[in-house]
Amino acid sequence: MTKLPKAQVSLPSDHEVKVTRQFDAPRELVFRAYTTPALMQRWLLGYPGWTMPVCEMDVRVGGKFRWRWRNDKDGSEFGFHGTFKEVDPPARIVHTEYYDPGDIGGSMGEGSLITVELTEKDGITTLVTLMDFGTKEARDAAMSTGMTDGMEMSYQVLDALLAEPDVANAS
Amino acid sequence: MTSLSEHLDATFAALADPTRRAILARLARGEASVAELSAPFDISQPAISKHLKILERARLISVAQDGQRRPRRIEARPLAEASAWLEEYRAIWEANFERLDALLEELKHEPREVGGNGGKKPAKRKKRARQETER
Repeated sequence: MTKLPKAQVSLPSDHEVKVTRQFDAPRELVFRAYTTPALMQRWLLGYPGWTMPVCEMDVRVGGKFRWRWRNDKDGSEFGFHGTFKEVDPPARIVHTEYYDPGDIGGSMGEGSLITVELTEKDGITTLVTLMDFGTKEARDAAMSTGMTDGMEMSYQVLDALLAEPDVANAS
Repeated sequence: MTSLSEHLDATFAALADPTRRAILARLARGEASVAELSAPFDISQPAISKHLKILERARLISVAQDGQRRPRRIEARPLAEASAWLEEYRAIWEANFERLDALLEELKHEPREVGGNGGKKPAKRKKRARQETER
């Protein structure tokens, strides 16, 4: 199996997060694993100790999805739901995403727009997920939800650490 | 926990300014005097000093004692703490993707028509979004 770099997180703007990852598989396969409930339930699990009992996907423009996770230990739940805006297999999906705080609470603003793009070269698929939260506050809240220490803070550091060095523009 | 959180707040606030990030970028290449740090910028030395104070308070830089010279140097720890937090976010994605890697390997060697779910019952595709739980 080819050794590929790990997931990269970057901040294209103050209200967006971009996650990039490469897979040693054709993009048809990655797309299928990304959109088929029985497959998604096997990998889209986040922290250890959570399962995904609900995964409903109606992958077509205007179709809806609903995801729900449950904690094995205390049974607490949270989820996301949204509507597909663009569906272009196996290259691109755009959907809205709204947070259902369930038992764990928190807020992620007015919802986000997620753009998933898959490109394939020499059998390697690059998956780019762009999450647009609309505002910086919503993005920061979304990124800190579920963090183990529950710290709520500005994400300015991320801009600083990940943005291109802007020494030339410093005023 | 509160104190770490406060540290991080100070770190974030200090990093929010492009001039201060440029100063840090310069100090990452080695220590420098206030005069050396002011040189690339079109702002006064007192203004630079103000930025340095903020960076110092956030413990992102320290003042070295070198005779009459008091060069500034970068302190790695607050940055490391801040990036550790980002790393945690990244790690959640990476954990998902590593499970996806394993699944894709499996799918590559399976006949297509099962929907690739390892011969288990097929995906329940019909039961789509009936209940729209808008909260």
